[in-house]
Amino acid sequence: MDAMKLNRWTAACGAEDIGAEDVIRFDHDGHGYAIYRTADDRYFATDGLCTHEQALLTDGLVAGCIIECPKHNGRFDFTTGKAKRRPACIDLKTYAVKVESGTVFVLLA
Amino acid sequence: MLQRRDYSLTGFDAKRAVHNGLAQANWYTCPLNRQELKVLVRRRNGPAIRDTLIWLSAMCVCGALVVHFWGRWMALPFFAAYGMLYGSASDSRWHECVHGTAFKTDWMNDAVYLIACVMILREPTVWRWSHARHHTDTLIVGRDPEIAYPRPTNVAGLFLDFFAIRATAATLHKLALHASGRLTVDEQTFIPETEHRHVYLAARVGLCLLAALIVVCIAAGSLLPAMLVGLPTLYGAGLDFFFSTTQHAGLAEDVLDHRLNSRTVYMNPVFRFLYWNMNYHVEHHLFPMVPFHALPRLHAAAKDFLPPPYPSCWAAYREIIPALARQRTDPTWFVVRPLPHSADSEPKRPAAVALTSGA
Repeated sequence: MDAMKLNRWTAACGAEDIGAEDVIRFDHDGHGYAIYRTADDRYFATDGLCTHEQALLTDGLVAGCIIECPKHNGRFDFTTGKAKRRPACIDLKTYAVKVESGTVFVLLA
Repeated sequence: MLQRRDYSLTGFDAKRAVHNGLAQANWYTCPLNRQELKVLVRRRNGPAIRDTLIWLSAMCVCGALVVHFWGRWMALPFFAAYGMLYGSASDSRWHECVHGTAFKTDWMNDAVYLIACVMILREPTVWRWSHARHHTDTLIVGRDPEIAYPRPTNVAGLFLDFFAIRATAATLHKLALHASGRLTVDEQTFIPETEHRHVYLAARVGLCLLAALIVVCIAAGSLLPAMLVGLPTLYGAGLDFFFSTTQHAGLAEDVLDHRLNSRTVYMNPVFRFLYWNMNYHVEHHLFPMVPFHALPRLHAAAKDFLPPPYPSCWAAYREIIPALARQRTDPTWFVVRPLPHSADSEPKRPAAVALTSGA
């Protein structure tokens, strides 16, 4: 059971690949994810596309715990996935993240 | 026989746009450095608070002088100034706040957005979604609900637009429709169902405000209240018409490159204050996250990738007026913007790749 659970953790990037208060894109099995690093070095992951019109969130702006879509300025709290500003109305899917030995792992359930 | 296109959002050209891959398509992206962009998109309250205070204070002063000189010829210049601030400068405030970029603090964006919506007589929910679609499908016929200059050019319509007559008539009609709990067929294509109740509520509130204005005028036995609230949307619209026409008029439809369907025009500081730097319109469409106060810096950073800007409003109108005149009889004709040879259409920022799978 533990082995199965561990197998779902996927290495996404190096912890230092992401600048403070920024986001990068991570593609895995044909699916896009966004990996975030906050100003105080916490890491989060969500789906990579905006729920409004599928724009790449990784081209967007991180401010605090908010990611702003680059196309229509819809906003999400990336720690919870909650849509915070229209035209984003549908919440983002979030994923658990852990950092081990300088690598960011995402729990791809 | 003129070749007419169908600018409705449910007609032949709407279907054609989808069929041709022009709907929600991938557009040209300008390859700016990510770190540079992060600085440019940084939000601040200071510039917008300063400008909003100046704007509203100037309106108060002009409004007070209008009241003081009411009934005399001396009131006319103050009406002109008041109308320009109310009916024209409100458009750029509306625009910047619908993007949520004017202020860092979001309730300020929402507050100024609602004030500007009242001034320019726009329904807040409808226009929020309409403008999102405009950014998704800019000047794609059958997709963009904000194409101001459909072809062939309607010259009489342009004169009406100088006083916002067509827009106001359309809004009054739609307020009645929305207040009765209905949307137009076109609106149903870009406003999600979850937002419909907000449209209906705003329309009912809007009609109540208009009714209240009429009651106040009757009670006061004077047109003055409406000359200060409501009618400036019409008599003050001219400058906004002058500014907004430079954005897209005469340029290409159905292209996936904002450099070909939008204009950047250099304007003087007074115009840029009133227009909140929306004269950098190509840059705005390429990077809607960048706030108005950073658009001049964005222009400097991106200009090597963009067509040459128009050096003045005069230069822009020397192109626009003949273009609209020609499109009156030849709707297929449009202005072709020159693209720089060195323009790099590929983003420089690489995506992260998976290191390994399974830990």
